[in-house]
Order: sequence, then structure tokens, then C-alpha cells
Amino acid sequence: MADENSLGAILRAQGVSRRGFLKFCSAMAALMALPPSMVPAIAAALDKALRPSVIWLSFQECTGCTESLTRSHTPTLEALIFDAISLDYHHTLQAASGEAAEAARAEAMKKFYGKYLLVVDGSIPTKDGGVYSTIAGMSNLDMLQEAAKGAAAIMAVGTCAAFGGIPHANPNPTGAVAVSDIIKDKPIINVSGCPPIPVVITGVLAHYLTFGTLPELDDLGRPKVFYGESIHDRCYRRPFYDQGKFAKTFDDEGARNGWCLFELGCKGPTTFNACATTKWNQGTSFPIESGHGCLGCSEPNFWDAGSFYQALSTPITPVGKAAAVAAAAGIVGGAAIAMHNRHVKGAAKSEHQTVTVKDLEK
Amino acid sequence: MSDMDLLLWARGPGLQIALAICIFGMLLKLFEIFSLGRKPDLSVARPGNAAAGWITIFSRSLPNRTLLKRTFPTYLMGYTFHIGFFVALLFFAPHIQLFRKTVGLGWPALPSQLVDGVSLLTIVALLLMLAYRLYHPVKRFLSTFDDYASWALTLAPLLSGYLAFHHLLLPYTLMLAVHILSVELLLVFMPFTKLVHTMSLFVSRWYNGDALGHKGARL
Repeated sequence: MADENSLGAILRAQGVSRRGFLKFCSAMAALMALPPSMVPAIAAALDKALRPSVIWLSFQECTGCTESLTRSHTPTLEALIFDAISLDYHHTLQAASGEAAEAARAEAMKKFYGKYLLVVDGSIPTKDGGVYSTIAGMSNLDMLQEAAKGAAAIMAVGTCAAFGGIPHANPNPTGAVAVSDIIKDKPIINVSGCPPIPVVITGVLAHYLTFGTLPELDDLGRPKVFYGESIHDRCYRRPFYDQGKFAKTFDDEGARNGWCLFELGCKGPTTFNACATTKWNQGTSFPIESGHGCLGCSEPNFWDAGSFYQALSTPITPVGKAAAVAAAAGIVGGAAIAMHNRHVKGAAKSEHQTVTVKDLEK
Repeated sequence: MSDMDLLLWARGPGLQIALAICIFGMLLKLFEIFSLGRKPDLSVARPGNAAAGWITIFSRSLPNRTLLKRTFPTYLMGYTFHIGFFVALLFFAPHIQLFRKTVGLGWPALPSQLVDGVSLLTIVALLLMLAYRLYHPVKRFLSTFDDYASWALTLAPLLSGYLAFHHLLLPYTLMLAVHILSVELLLVFMPFTKLVHTMSLFVSRWYNGDALGHKGARL
């Protein structure tokens, strides 16, 4: 008999059927690229898993990550899983406010010290002592350092928390940095995206609940199961790329025929995310399916990577000025060398002395 | 530095630096040659050869019958890799985008699979050329560091481009950065190695053709 506080018991109490639960487990197994034989194991582990305490810190962000999660196709099992974790602090979603909210965070940090999962969205301002974003009079920097101490692991949700995101973009007036730039002694999992795909957030949570570990990460700290393949590799428009058929504008015949959006600036080839496979809005579509190229939002520095509407093979900074200066320097330099050579030749000519046989016989 | 940072550097400052060095070096050499001037030819020009210089620019690209027989492998592989290189450079859609963005000119692309096949053929031709150079005693004797460097600088963009297109060896983002950097390396060294012939061949062919035409040689 499972603990009454276990996830399975809570889900059953909320009216989730066994069938629905197993369906979710199958979807999770597929998402995590696990064989179907793992479904019972996932179900058993999730059934028994106790609600882990989650502290969610929102820093320099737009609330898009929370919006993404909460506006995911409710009511589904993902949403219930979200309900089923013990979300002890989330200043956007929680009912408590002010001192009561901060007290809830302090209590969770104390009660579940070393065990809670810390979720962070938003980047952390570091300039001028981190004054640019504070909560309850405490800077984001201080709050992160304090909360990270007792965390079992940290999930950096969204590109801002994972790589700095929009606040980090040039000229970065607040000195915004990613979680991993500050915290070095805890396991950090980056769930990037602007916003991240809801099912990816819940997928990572499910993995953590099932196995008690973080999934295998790529070199940017993202779970390989979701970020292992590029948008381009999984794009349904890929055959047109291979055939060299490209839309030239957003409303031409090529665009209407679903041709590749590479020339319109699609960043699919260098963007690693699950958009093309899981899609958005209950698997309805993803940006490319709606006729817009990929922005590359799950990659570092995507705001500073040139225009969203500029093809990947083109320069991100204009080259005209540098080329003109180099051309002028080349012409002047070439003329100078030629003049020098002429001078040497002229000097050799003027210094030339005719040698006769008589001279040689001397 | 992440793969993306490297790619952004290659698409930004890296490209600016490489292009500037290439333009500077090429113009330095060409302008030096032009500014030196020509010796006045006091002889009377033979009739009917007014366009000899211009004709020679193209005619020297055609195979010489005697040499074709004697050095067939050089001709075959030379033509294959020169034509293949230009097909890959000029008719692959992402490359055309680059030209459209930098010089404002664009033209229709060939199917990517065709360019891919041509690129592979070009890589094979270049590898065979190296093998032939190493195998042939005279070629080996005449070869200098410049020859091998020029070969490597030509192969690198083709090979990295092929690997990037097929997502082989390295992650795509990193391989794309390596590909662009290899092109930039080619641009940097182009004016200072034998690869300068990409520009100077037009000048030298015209010069030789014009001089020979002046003397009445049949071209």
C-alpha cells in the first residue's frame, strides 16, 4: 500500500484514473527515449514517489516560463503532476503574500534542507550589488545563494535562468548572469527555451521523481532526451531544404507550399529543443508549422546572434566598412611598394657602370 | 566559449578580419603589379591579334592536347576539383544567401543533394591529387610547403562543409563554426600563398596573351 502522501495516492484522490496515469507514464517513457518495458517501472516509481518540496524563485523574468507551465493543456496529467509536487514557494502562483510568503520559503528551506528541488526562472542581476531586482528587500543574488545551499538540485527553467536570456543581451545594463554563473557546487539542469516547453519541464520533474537523479545532460547542461536533436533534424520542412526549395518571403508561393524557411532566417539547424517533436498547445503545432522560422530561443545569446530574419550563413555584422578600409590600405600599400621597387630599379640603373674588356683585364 | 559563441565570432568579427586581410593582400599584390607598369613595346604589332590578351584568359583554361596525354591524372583531377569547388561555392543555397547579403547579388541554387554529390567528388579529387603528388617523383621533388598548405586550405572548407551538412563528427553548431573559420583561414592566406592565382591568373594570362599576340603568335 502506497503512502497516502505519495504521488499515486494524491492523483487517485484527485480522480485520475489508472488508465490515464499509465498513459502519462507511456508518454514520459517515449519522451525520455526509454523502451516501453520501462513504463511499469516509471509507473511504480511515480506511484510511490513522495511529493518533493519545490521552491520556485522568479528573478529577472517576464513570467513567460510560469505562463507556459500553467497554461499548458489543462487539465492534463502534466498539470496534476505540477499540482502534486509540493510547491512551497512561488510568488506568482502562491496565495500567500508579503511576510507570509517569505515565511513559507524559510520554513520549506529549513524543513527539507538538502532535499528540496530549487527551480529558478529569470536571470540574476549582479551589477551594483544586485540592486536591480529584489524580493522582500533581498537581492536576487542573495536569495539564490541562500536557497541554493540546502537544495538537492537546481532546475534553471527558461533561457534567462539557463543562459542569461533577454536581460543578458547586449548591453546588459544590470549585469545579468545565469544560475550556473553563480552556483558552482550543486547539480544544475538547464531547461532552456523562451519559454521552455511545458512537457519538457514536467518531463524533467518526472525523471527526477522516477529515478531520483537528473537525466543525462549535454555540454550546455540541458537534458539530452529533450535537447539532443536540432529543430532542423526533426523539421517536417527538412525535405525542402534538401531539395533546395526555400520560401523567399513569408507570403510567397514557397511559403504557402511549406518550403524551408532557412533564407528567412530560421535558426533550426543550430537550435536544440523538442519543439518539432512534442510541439505546443496539446501537440497542435510549433512556430515553423505556423510559418515562422525558429528564433533559436533555447540557445545561449540568441538575442545577440544577429537578426531573427537573417540566414544562418550570413554575417551578423556588416562587412562593408572593414572591406573599404582594407581596400584603400591595399591600394596605397601596393602603390608604395611599386614606387619603392621603381626607385630601387632607377637607382641601380643610375649607378650602373659600363665595364669594358679593358677594365676586366686590369 | 560555447559552440554558439564560436559560431557568432566566426559570423561576426572573424569574417570582418578575414575579409579585410584578403582584400588588403589581394589589392596590395595586384596594385603593386599594375603600378610597376609595362616596358614600352616599340615593335609594330602584328595584325589581327588585338584581343589576344582577353582570348588567352579563357583559352588557357582549355586542355592542351600534348599535356593532356602526358599528365592526364593532373588534368582530370584538376578540372574535377576546380569545377566542383566552384559549384559548391556558388550554387549551394546558404552560400548564395551570403553573396546576396554581402554583395547584393543572388542567383538560383542547385538542389542541395546535387551540390552534396559534387562536393564529395571534389574532396575525392583533392585527396587523389595529394596522393599523386606524393607518388610522382618529379612532382614530389618540386613540391614546397606552399603547395601542401594551399592544398590543405582548399580541402578544409570542403571537408568541414560536407561534415556539417551531414551532421558528422562534431555537433552541427561547432562544425558550422569550424567550416566558416576554415573559409576565413583560406581568405587570410589566399593572397600570401599560391592561391593568389585566383586573382592573378587573369592578369598574367592577359599579359602573356597580349605580348604573344603583339608578336604574331598563333593562340
